[in-house]
Amino acid sequence: MTTMTMSGTEVRLNAEGFFEDPSQWTREMATEMATADGLTLSDKHWQVIDFMRREFLEKGTGPTVRVLGKASGVSIKELYQLFPTGPAKTAARLAGIPKPKGCI
Amino acid sequence: MNTQEKITKVSIIISKGSLEGIYPGLIMANGARAEGMEANLFFTFFGLDAIHRSRIDRIKVATVGNPAMHMPTLIGTLPGMSALATRMMNKKMEALDIPPIREFIEMIADTGAGLYACKASVDMFGLAADDFVPQVKDTITVGDFYDLAAGGQIIFT
Repeated sequence: MTTMTMSGTEVRLNAEGFFEDPSQWTREMATEMATADGLTLSDKHWQVIDFMRREFLEKGTGPTVRVLGKASGVSIKELYQLFPTGPAKTAARLAGIPKPKGCI
Repeated sequence: MNTQEKITKVSIIISKGSLEGIYPGLIMANGARAEGMEANLFFTFFGLDAIHRSRIDRIKVATVGNPAMHMPTLIGTLPGMSALATRMMNKKMEALDIPPIREFIEMIADTGAGLYACKASVDMFGLAADDFVPQVKDTITVGDFYDLAAGGQIIFT
């Protein structure tokens, strides 16, 4: 575990950069992390990030890419254009939730 | 995270046409893309059934010659056994959010992975480009495959 200061707050991150405590997350932090990744967050990015967070808060786990493609309103093709380093993984990190565990 | 260099590209060969022969390669290709790696899929020999327009929805579990089915070989030969085992496995996979093969192939193509048919097998089985689902980019030779795979890992299934 490491700590990092984001938007003036000490945030606890795991070795892969995912939030240890999703309740520490703010939207400003997502923008900050995205900028560090070289991503500029568009409305579409936010649509995915918000969906990830909602699913996590409801179900306790982030959605798979299949679920994202079916239910987030963003197609799988587009998801990979928005998050070229892997949509479920990247969006989960930006949304301050744990890395999705499934194999799909 | 380990300090070893990360895998950034995989080329996966699917050579078998049974359900248990096809899924592992698809799951690995999809997983590679999900991790941000480049991925190519190369279908050869009976693996071509996974991209064949009319056979893609009829992929079955092999109930004969498979000791891990834990049933006597003779039982596995009974009519309907393979269909039954396939139904059971499909149900379990759907519960785990693993899509049916046709949807999985579409999904993997949408992730940006390249899907290719092996020329030698296509010629041997007397197939043509229009026998395949539209997600297949091309029919390529083994030489083309090695060119595509350059700089990455090759996985044979």
